[in-house]
Amino acid sequence: MMKSKFIFSLVVALFAALLSPLAAQAGDLVVDQRFVDKKEIAVTFAGPVDKAVAGNAANYRVFEEADPDIFLELAKATVADDGKSVVLTFASPLNAVKTHVVEVKGLGGADKTVFSVSKSYLGYLFGILISALLINNFVFTKYLGLCVFFGTSKKKSTAKGMGVVFTIVMVVSALMSWFFFNFILTPYNLNFLQIVVFIGLVSLTVQAVDTILRKVNPILFNSFGVYLVLVIANCVIIAVPLILANNNYNVFETFMLALGAGGGFLLALYLMSSVSERLQLAKIPPTFKGLPIAFIVAGQFAMAFLGFSGLQLF
Amino acid sequence: MANDKTPMQLIARGVLSENPIFRLALSMCPAVGISTTVMNGIMLGIAVLFVQVFSSVTISIFKNLIHPRIRIPTYTLTIATWVTVIDLVLAAYLPEAYAKMGIFVKLIVAFAIITMRLEMFACKEGVKDSFWDGLGMGIGFMVGMMVIGMVRELLGSGAILGYDVLGFKPLLFFILPSAGFFVVGLMMAFFNWIELYYKRSKGVQ
Repeated sequence: MMKSKFIFSLVVALFAALLSPLAAQAGDLVVDQRFVDKKEIAVTFAGPVDKAVAGNAANYRVFEEADPDIFLELAKATVADDGKSVVLTFASPLNAVKTHVVEVKGLGGADKTVFSVSKSYLGYLFGILISALLINNFVFTKYLGLCVFFGTSKKKSTAKGMGVVFTIVMVVSALMSWFFFNFILTPYNLNFLQIVVFIGLVSLTVQAVDTILRKVNPILFNSFGVYLVLVIANCVIIAVPLILANNNYNVFETFMLALGAGGGFLLALYLMSSVSERLQLAKIPPTFKGLPIAFIVAGQFAMAFLGFSGLQLF
Repeated sequence: MANDKTPMQLIARGVLSENPIFRLALSMCPAVGISTTVMNGIMLGIAVLFVQVFSSVTISIFKNLIHPRIRIPTYTLTIATWVTVIDLVLAAYLPEAYAKMGIFVKLIVAFAIITMRLEMFACKEGVKDSFWDGLGMGIGFMVGMMVIGMVRELLGSGAILGYDVLGFKPLLFFILPSAGFFVVGLMMAFFNWIELYYKRSKGVQ
């Protein structure tokens, strides 16, 4: 118990450390800057500024941090009545996921004021988590891990245990894969070995979990049955390292992705097992008994999960 | 343990009585995920066929050298090697089809059907029989993918292999990803129904 509290506080401290540079970078004059709408950036100043300077769209240069050569077209700059804030409206929608850099000429007597606008990094990380959990749920929208999904979603207790074990395996193996990918595969140009290395790491993690579980919780271990062999090479686990390698995620993003994927799998298993328990009482036509009805139910869940696809929190 | 089946029987078993998708219900992920067109089914089917045949043969050749306790990791690494080969080949020569299949080519490494065939068949039988067994399973998988793809493409976009057959689009719903669950579920029910019907008609006689 103490240990988990300690780990939790460590994680919080890490995120706090991540956030602090964002708060400090704005400089003295600019207090706050954020994306308001799809096309707008709002900037708040420490004191009133010259309306003629701040209101002139020609004084601004805005670009995405990754492409400093491409300036975004500014439609207008609207200064508030007290001169303390300005809203920049752009001609076309901004990609709010990227960090934007704003340069202002002649503001407050200074030659050039530069600040960058980005979404809160914590929010972005949380976005990855929610995306893997609901919007791109690995079972219902990416169709991965279906063998285990249909095999172990008969009873709630098994489903919960299985989901938790999967989450642990995913997080551990994803972090190890991230390390190997960034510090061994990429520097030595061994990217073609991705599949072999990742599957090896995943098997290793599963083997470790297997050994530990056999000692710690034999009941859960027994309920896995034949699927233990299949778990070693389950596509939902191997998919996480492949996705992070594709997207060049950093370690925090990797952690969030793995956590979301595992949580999504747990959620899917739990939902499905709840329905399965009710299905055992229902009168199902003999041709639909077993897997066919499970597929129909999963299809309905998948349609329900389509509803998450417009979700944007931050 | 000698195998008494002829090559044709081994292939027929893979395609019909032990079809990986409809009978064994393994490797469901691609059957649901990317079976939107016949072409996708053929492409992934070829990839799986390749991996299955070569892994079966490899394991069959080295079966006496593999210690039983480490056999599963050995299978996994063998499969991973062949998947890497087909992954790089497809990415180099068929980039368009490869892009459509996305992550699923790499995920062949985790298909339960391949590991299962190595465990059940290739590690006990001779090289030739393993080859035919792998071929049968691969073709069975390909046929299953093609059948699902055909149903979905025909009902979803009124075409087969990209050629317009019906001239109209009956139900766009079938192209949508979530329809994969319904199509596979209904087809399984259909095969169950045939089996039940067959048994009942025999019983009456």
